[in-house]
Amino acid sequence: MSDNGAALVLEDVRKSFGKLEVLRGIDLSLAEHEVVCLIGASGSGKSTLLRCVNLLEPIDEGRIVVQGEEVTATGVNVNELRRGIGIVFQSFNLFPHMSVLDNITLAPRKALGQSKAEAQARADELLARFGLADKRDEYPDRLSGGQQQRVAIVRALAMQPGLMLLDEVTSALDPELVAEVLSVIRELATEGMTMLIATHEMGFARDVAHRVCFLDAGVILEEGTPEEIFGAPREPRTQQFLQRIVEAGRL
Amino acid sequence: MSVVSTVVFFGAIALIVVNAAGWPDVKQAFFDGDLFRESFPDIARAFVLNVKIFVVAEIVILVFALLIAVLRGLPGPVFFPVRALATIYADLFRGIPTILVIYILGFGVTALQLPGVPISELFWGTVALILVYSAYVSEVYRAGIESVHPSQEAAARSLGLSRFQTLRHVVIPQAVRRVIPPLLNDFIGLQKDTALVALLGVVEAFRQSQIDVSATFNYTPYICTAILFIAITVPLARFTDWLVARDRRRQLAGGMR
Repeated sequence: MSDNGAALVLEDVRKSFGKLEVLRGIDLSLAEHEVVCLIGASGSGKSTLLRCVNLLEPIDEGRIVVQGEEVTATGVNVNELRRGIGIVFQSFNLFPHMSVLDNITLAPRKALGQSKAEAQARADELLARFGLADKRDEYPDRLSGGQQQRVAIVRALAMQPGLMLLDEVTSALDPELVAEVLSVIRELATEGMTMLIATHEMGFARDVAHRVCFLDAGVILEEGTPEEIFGAPREPRTQQFLQRIVEAGRL
Repeated sequence: MSVVSTVVFFGAIALIVVNAAGWPDVKQAFFDGDLFRESFPDIARAFVLNVKIFVVAEIVILVFALLIAVLRGLPGPVFFPVRALATIYADLFRGIPTILVIYILGFGVTALQLPGVPISELFWGTVALILVYSAYVSEVYRAGIESVHPSQEAAARSLGLSRFQTLRHVVIPQAVRRVIPPLLNDFIGLQKDTALVALLGVVEAFRQSQIDVSATFNYTPYICTAILFIAITVPLARFTDWLVARDRRRQLAGGMR
């Protein structure tokens, strides 16, 4: 597999928590501007996979290469690496003691060394773009779940990352708030942001993904275009999983 | 309603005390108005020293105890000696009675007559209080730091902030907000324990009241001292309540105020 031009390459990535093997040899490659959705049951390793990419979890074996740089090599500056990768979590994880504006400008100021004015100008621009301009001085607990998650996305974007990792970003939201968050992600996809998205929203995955990977028991069991995966899945496990999703009325 | 019940309750207690057989003697021994007016200025002057001791001690403790708490939380095998040292410190100074630490430092270290080391009992008495209370306060900080959910650290680190920046801007501010009430609790304890420095012969409010008591064979000066301590600790408690409430309002009930 060639690393040239790929935004993200994973080669035979393995990860165990104690005796439990969560990732059992993951091979995956994302081209620049590509959107890949990871689907699969809870516990199939989707979240762990995302957390391994920006080294929130150290991997046991394999290689991870982000924009040509092997991040799993020894002596990599993890702080520098993470500045180029945005991650958004299921539970938002905004800083509750800071206003929305401070949440967004903290990392650009402290990690990138931007001036306060510079960071705020960029934050205001992003907030305005995502319809959050009037929330800049609010504290996170005052916002709805959908607003909080959009702020979390803006916070990640403020670092101008080359790659975004989204970890079931709508799973903690009330159903009526899901759409506003998904439309933000759609917009990012349209602009060409490279994204690796773990999601339970199959309809969304079908719309936005260039490629869909079905994770089962720590391996990518099947991958293909959304048409292939949702239209004519080959593996029995994939068929079974999608059948259950359809029965639950989620597709 | 609350006013009525309060008046009835305290009125009943007052009646019981005033009608007790020994009340006239107690009244004379503890609540002598003339003696109160006479001894109050002396004791109040001496109390300034108590205030100085705890203001200096509290500032040092706030910083030093935080350092101890952070050192105890350092991860990885490399920092084991640091963690061990911080743990031993906290165990030791919470284990020894405060009074003994004051005696050991106040009389022991000054007797060494080491060149360049202060021989003031006041200095070493204050150091003893700082060491003892920093051990307690470091535990309070540690509980606060551990109460901040790991996902907060994950969010900060994944934005590219270093471990120190994460601690400084994300973890510690949240931890400190949560532990303000127990922190104040320890500080009230410290303010009262400044009286222990009297054991080294330092004339602060308690020592001054002892002098007055032995001169008059009347305990009213002790009441004087008690009132002075209460006059400092109660407003501090209310101030902290206000601080905590303001912070909560800001985060939950509205935007910038």
